[in-house]
Amino acid sequence: MKKIEAIIRHFKLDDVKKALNETGIKGMTVTEVRGFGRQKGHAEMYRGAEYVVDFIPKIKIEVVVSSDQLKEVLATICTTAKTGQVGDGKIFVTDLSDVIRIRTGESGEPAI
Amino acid sequence: MNVRLLGWCSVLWLGFTLAIPLVSQAADDKAPPAATDKKDAPAAAPASDTKLPGYFSGTSDDPKKPTWPDPTGGAAGIWATPSGALDKDGKPAGDVPSDLKTGDLYDRITHNLFSINMVWCLIAGFLVMFMQAGFAMVETGLCRAKNAAHTMSMNFLVYPLGCIAFWAYGFALGWGNWNNGPVAPGWYSALGPGTAVLSSGVGLDPAYEKDAKSNDDLSKPTGAYKYGLMGTKGFFLNGIDDVSVMALFFFMMVFMDTTATIPTGAMAERWATKNFIIYGLWVALPYCIYANWVWGGGWLAQAGVNWKLGHGAVDFAGSGVVHAMGGIIGLVGACVLGARIGKYRDGKTIPIPAHHIPMVIAGTFILAFGWFGFNPGSTLAGTDLRISVVVVNTMLAGTAGALAALVTLYAKGLKPDPSMLCNGMLAGLVAITAPCAFVDSWAAVVIGGVAGLLVVFSVFFWDKLKIDDPVGAISVHGVNGLWGVLSVGIFANGKYGAGWNGVVRDDWVKASGSDGVRGILFGDASQLYAQALDCFVVIVFGVAMAYVWFKISNLITPIRVPKEVEIEGLDLPEMGAMGYPEFIVTSRN
Repeated sequence: MKKIEAIIRHFKLDDVKKALNETGIKGMTVTEVRGFGRQKGHAEMYRGAEYVVDFIPKIKIEVVVSSDQLKEVLATICTTAKTGQVGDGKIFVTDLSDVIRIRTGESGEPAI
Repeated sequence: MNVRLLGWCSVLWLGFTLAIPLVSQAADDKAPPAATDKKDAPAAAPASDTKLPGYFSGTSDDPKKPTWPDPTGGAAGIWATPSGALDKDGKPAGDVPSDLKTGDLYDRITHNLFSINMVWCLIAGFLVMFMQAGFAMVETGLCRAKNAAHTMSMNFLVYPLGCIAFWAYGFALGWGNWNNGPVAPGWYSALGPGTAVLSSGVGLDPAYEKDAKSNDDLSKPTGAYKYGLMGTKGFFLNGIDDVSVMALFFFMMVFMDTTATIPTGAMAERWATKNFIIYGLWVALPYCIYANWVWGGGWLAQAGVNWKLGHGAVDFAGSGVVHAMGGIIGLVGACVLGARIGKYRDGKTIPIPAHHIPMVIAGTFILAFGWFGFNPGSTLAGTDLRISVVVVNTMLAGTAGALAALVTLYAKGLKPDPSMLCNGMLAGLVAITAPCAFVDSWAAVVIGGVAGLLVVFSVFFWDKLKIDDPVGAISVHGVNGLWGVLSVGIFANGKYGAGWNGVVRDDWVKASGSDGVRGILFGDASQLYAQALDCFVVIVFGVAMAYVWFKISNLITPIRVPKEVEIEGLDLPEMGAMGYPEFIVTSRN
C-alpha cells in the first residue's frame, strides 16, 4: 500500500478530484496548506513597511492506493494538475504499513 | 517609570494653574477690558422683563406659570393644542384660534422652533452614537484576528464607561457654567431656555452684579468669570431636570465618547483590560475640562473678548476638542505602552496586516455616515439652515481626503492600500470638523485634500519614531485634528458666526456688515493666532494629563498585558472568549 501526498494549485482541486474518481479512487483527504518551493514570494508594502509574501496557499490531497494502482494514479494527478508554470506543485509517495476502517475493523488492502 | 518626564508634566500642570492669574494680571495691566467684556456685555439671559414671555430668559415671576428647570417641555413656549374636546365646565380644552392674540401665536411658534431644534439635535446625536460601531469595526478590522474579541470589547465598553463618567462628573465640569459663557448679542439657547440653569462654575476674576445707580460691584457674584476654568453644576445631573439640558447632555455625551474611543485604536493589541476600564472612567476628566475651555464658555472661548484673538478659539464640532484630544491621549498611551512585540526588529518596521479589510471599510462608511450627525448637529438647531452648508463641506472634505490618500500612495509608487484610503477619508472628516460651518466648498476640498496627504506621511512618520499605532489613530485624529483647528484660522470666510463667543468688532461690521468668523485668507490674522493658541493648549494639556494618568494607572493595575498573553492573543486570557473560536487563528508575530 502506498500513500500519495500531492500539493497542487487551489483551482485544480475539482479537476483532480473528478479525474481520480474516474480512475476508481473513491476517497481522499484534502487540507489547505501554505508553502513555497521555487515559486518564490514577492514584496508588498503595508502602511509604509515592507512585507514579503513568501508562503503561497496550496491544496494538499492525500490518497491511499494499492501498489498496482500507484502508477496510474500518479499519471492522472500529474496530467490534470499541470499548467506548465512554476508552482504546479509536488507529489510525495510513501509506503504505508497499515490501513484500518474504523466502522468495521477491517485492515489491510480491503480497508482502502 | 520616567520620573523626569513625570516631573516635567506635573510642573507644567501646576504651572498652568499658577500662570493663569499672572497672565491675567499682565493682560489687565496692558489693556483695559474690551468693550465686549463679559462684565459689560449683555448676559446670555437678560433680567426678567414683564413685556417678554418667561421663556426668553428661563425665568418666571408667576409661581402658577411654568418654571425652569422644566422636565416636561411645557415651559418652552406653549404647544398648539388643536383639540376639539371640552373640559368639565363645557369650555374648549384646546385652542380656539379666533381667540388667540399675537403673543399666544408667538408662544406656539417658539415651541415649534425649540421642537425642531431639539429633534434635530437628538437625531444627530443618535448618528454620532452609532459611530461607536464604526470605530469598533475599523479598529478590530485593522488588528489581528487573535485580538478581535478584545478590541471589539474595548470599543464596546468605552460607551457605558464614558456615559456613566460623563453623567457623574463630566457634564458638570464641561457645561456646568455654560450659560455664563460669552455669546453674540441676540443669542438664545436653541434647545430651549432651561439651559439657563447651567450657571455655576469656577474661574479667575469673577464678575459681580452691579449697583444700578453707581455701577459699583456689589458683593453678589453673577457666576460668570473673566477666565472660566470649569463648571460645577450638574454632577449626576442633580438639580437640572430640564428637557433642554437633557438634550444638550445627550449630544455632548456622544461627542465625549468619540474622544474616549480613539485611544483604544492606538493602544490596541496590548492594553490590559482592567487598566482600560479605569481609563474609561477617567477620560471624561481631560475631555470635559478642555471642552469647557473651548465650548463651555471657558478661557479659550473668552480669548476673543479678553485678548483680541479673533473670536477666541473657534472649534465648530470638535477637531480640537474631540479629535486632537483623543489622538494626543492615544499618542501618549501608545508611548507609555510601548510597541507590539515583533513590530520593530533590527531597526526595521515589520508590518502586522489587518485581519478583516471589509470590516475596516464598512466601519469607515459607518463613521462617514455618523459624521453627518457630528458636524451639522453641532448647530444644536435644525432651524439654523447653515446645516446644509456644513453637510456639503463635511462630505467634500471626507471624499477629498480619500482621493488625496489614493493619489499620494500612487505618487509614491505604492499600491492603494485600502486601510490607508480609509484613513484618508477619516482624516478629511476630522480636519473639516472644526471649520465646517465657516468655509467655502473649495476650502473644504483643500482642507480634506491636505488631510489625506498629511495622514499618509504621518503614518510613516510615527513608525520611524518607533511609536506603534495599529490603526493610525494618532495620524487621523491627532495630527489632522490640529490641522482642522488651524484651518479655521486660514479659510474661515466671515459669512457665518457673527458675534461668535461674544466678539463684535466695529471695524469688521463696517467693512462686511457683520463680524463673522474669519481667517487669515479673508483678512483676519488674529483668528489664526487664537487657533494656534488652541492647538498649543490641547497639546500641552493633553500630554500632561494623559502622561500623568497612564503612569499612575500603571501603578494601580498594569497597563500592558504579559508577554505570553500578547503572543497568544488577548481574546481568551483577557476576555474569556475568542473572536473566532471555530477558526484556527494564528499569527506570525
